[in-house]
Amino acid sequence: MFGKRTFFVLILVMTIIISACGGATSVSTAEPASTEEVEASDKLVVYSGRSESLVGPIIAQFSEATGIEVEVRYGSTAEIAATLLEEGANSPADVFFAQDPGGLGAVTKEGLFAPLPEETLAKVPAEFRSPDGLWVGVSARARVVVYNTELVQPAELPEDIWDFTDPKWNNKIGWAPSNGSFLAMVTAMRVVWGEERTLEWLQGIQANNPKVFEGNAPIVEAVGNGEVEVGFVNHYYLYRFLTEQGEDFGARNYFLPGGGPGSLVMVAGTGRLANGQNEANALKFIDFMLSTVAQQYFASTTYEYALTEGVNLQRELTPLAELNRLEIDMVDLDDLAGTTQLLQEAGLLP
Amino acid sequence: MTPILWGFSILVVIAILLPITYLIIRVMGAGSDAWQGLLRPQMFETIARTAWLAIAVTTVSAFIAVPIAWLTVRTDLPFRKMWAILTPLPLVIPSYVGGYLFASAFGPRGLLQQLLETLFGVTRLPEIYGFPGAMLVLTLLSYPYILLSTRAALSKLDPSLEEASRSLGYGNWSTFWRVTLPLLRPALGAGSLLVALYVLRDFGVVAIMRYSTFTRAIYVSYTSFDRSQAALLSLVVVLVTLVFLFIETRTLSRTKYFQIGTGQARPPALIQLGYWRLPALLFCVTVVFASLILPSGLLIYWLIRGLRAGEVIPSLGLIAWNSISASAIGAIVILLAAIPVVILIVRRPNKATLLLHRITYSTFALPGVVIALALVFFGANHAPWLYQTFPMLLLAYGILFLPQAMGAVRTTLLQISPNVEEAARSLGRHPVQVFFSVTLPLLKSGLIAGASLVFLTIMKELPATLILAPIGFKTLATSIWSAVSEAFFAQAAAPALLIVLMSSLPMAYFILNEKNVE
Repeated sequence: MFGKRTFFVLILVMTIIISACGGATSVSTAEPASTEEVEASDKLVVYSGRSESLVGPIIAQFSEATGIEVEVRYGSTAEIAATLLEEGANSPADVFFAQDPGGLGAVTKEGLFAPLPEETLAKVPAEFRSPDGLWVGVSARARVVVYNTELVQPAELPEDIWDFTDPKWNNKIGWAPSNGSFLAMVTAMRVVWGEERTLEWLQGIQANNPKVFEGNAPIVEAVGNGEVEVGFVNHYYLYRFLTEQGEDFGARNYFLPGGGPGSLVMVAGTGRLANGQNEANALKFIDFMLSTVAQQYFASTTYEYALTEGVNLQRELTPLAELNRLEIDMVDLDDLAGTTQLLQEAGLLP
Repeated sequence: MTPILWGFSILVVIAILLPITYLIIRVMGAGSDAWQGLLRPQMFETIARTAWLAIAVTTVSAFIAVPIAWLTVRTDLPFRKMWAILTPLPLVIPSYVGGYLFASAFGPRGLLQQLLETLFGVTRLPEIYGFPGAMLVLTLLSYPYILLSTRAALSKLDPSLEEASRSLGYGNWSTFWRVTLPLLRPALGAGSLLVALYVLRDFGVVAIMRYSTFTRAIYVSYTSFDRSQAALLSLVVVLVTLVFLFIETRTLSRTKYFQIGTGQARPPALIQLGYWRLPALLFCVTVVFASLILPSGLLIYWLIRGLRAGEVIPSLGLIAWNSISASAIGAIVILLAAIPVVILIVRRPNKATLLLHRITYSTFALPGVVIALALVFFGANHAPWLYQTFPMLLLAYGILFLPQAMGAVRTTLLQISPNVEEAARSLGRHPVQVFFSVTLPLLKSGLIAGASLVFLTIMKELPATLILAPIGFKTLATSIWSAVSEAFFAQAAAPALLIVLMSSLPMAYFILNEKNVE
């Protein structure tokens, strides 16, 4: 038997070690010097469908630069959008920061967004914002094919995502049909190809016995260890694996050069809620996210594409302008209900 | 006393009925599409798959949990208390993390395969995805539900019945099957119900193990922002829950589980395992290894790998404190809410209390996000002073976890003879005094089991905490989720390890302070 005291001391020590792990590098929180002086106008409530590990640091920078006390509620884009819809006019939120155009579309449809000023909107190309000026894209993510570097040569990869229906890809594909970004790509397919051909593609891939994953990260992991040879994902997950596991991680990205729906670039974006209490701060926040500082943050820290001019990309990324990407307005990607229905028809979703 | 109990219980019922009311309001907005979607053959298939998974996980969990409960309470198993502390802990591992860890350990090209490749040249393992993977992981994460309720009941069981059985010539083995196990039926039933409903509610494991259950269908509806369809599917879950409840209440029947007549429950003599010691020890080692050591080991690996690559792990002190305090306060509040309801159900068994019993469990299988959105709807629009405050979060935890506390307390109360309470009353004590001086002390093991269950599950709760907590209130579970969803593995590992470590503290406290039986 071990003594009670030894046991508790042991646990306590381990607990302290882990909580202190790196704790020395203090993380600046959104707390200004003295909270008592903060007036109502120095506040901002952000509902973020983007994860704290992605946007937390840049929101803290905003807070530091402006002295505005930012309160953030994090969740998945679907959860946060559903919360906003349930709250309706009584929402405490000033800003919604969404991971994908679908979430922005759902909130737009309920009429919860207020129009943004022209000069804010003008900072990004027209295709990356709402045509009614209700939301604006902040950063972009490319759909790519991630491939295992030992099992596949880039030269073997096709021009267009359609070509993965070829039987030679049998048992080699990984995908995540319930993932929001995948749904956005299928929505793009419906816009470009029409329902019938999209269904045909879905069935063609299914005939190749793809492995179904729960999200982008597990696909990249499975491609890296050779469980599957290629996967349909967003481009930036790969860089997380390269950072933690080193350059010999066995997977790389391939942007489909065909310019079809597989070459989709889509945005994460933000909009101001019409019933928010802090209009001025909300607009400051959105402008800050489009400032060079924030755009550079997204480009270099989260490996995303900046949407404004004059930002340096990570060396591994081809600049947005040089990609032969699908030309589509983001606002056309918001009919997720139709996409879900099609995937159910194909037996891919419950 | 009854009217006061009913007063409390009705408050509880109102809280439980909030989500159901919300679902009905939402379903009214459902178009014909949603209704037709419900009648697709795929839906029936999904219901059948879900039910099959729930039944399988529950059965296997019982075969793991009951032996461990018996071994750690009744026998001279080596390091008995240590096993008692470690075996309930898998309950704190968040389902999505557990799924992820097991998939990356046992996947076709996972860590196990890489090990086997260097040793034996195995290049690919058979797939664990689908039913086997989902069943394995869910069992390892949820058997503690049965374990904790069974342990509580077992430690209060009067040994004289078993002694009588042995004196009549039955061996340890047949005594266990003929006497002990039947006496544990209410605990086993309550624990199994929690496991079955947990399987219905789970999203993380089934998503990663690629086994489509009903909850996945609900999440898909939310992903396409179709709240009406999500509500319709959720109501189906409530119906399925009622079926499971009907089965469980039937296992109870009208049997009495307390001892009548003279004699007082006392600590039993430990059963000597003899040459069964080694197999019993191996069994515990295997279970703890698979459900706790292996996932923790992988987390440590993630953490070290990340730190080596220069990852910075933010300080977790405040977040850890948030987790602990929310879980502890939640456990106490929920226990307090459970006690009056349980007394009513056990001491006044009639049609009304049976209905009360079923209502309190009816929302237990609903995914957390549904409960959270229901409270968003009522809170934001009708109680803005309460909305997104700590009490609101406690209310959500209450709706989510009340049945866990009730199950453990109820099975213990069933073991306490009402004669004891009546005796105290006949000696002139007020019923309230009787409750505090007689019933409550006797209930201790059930209260501890109930509180532990609630504590451990609040530690890992995610959707309600994300949506309803005061803004900026972070817990270890939300930090893990935030990191793992974007593939920041090292940043997920630190809070995940912390959750396991910190949860072991209260478990250790309770187990080490159990009455020592020698």
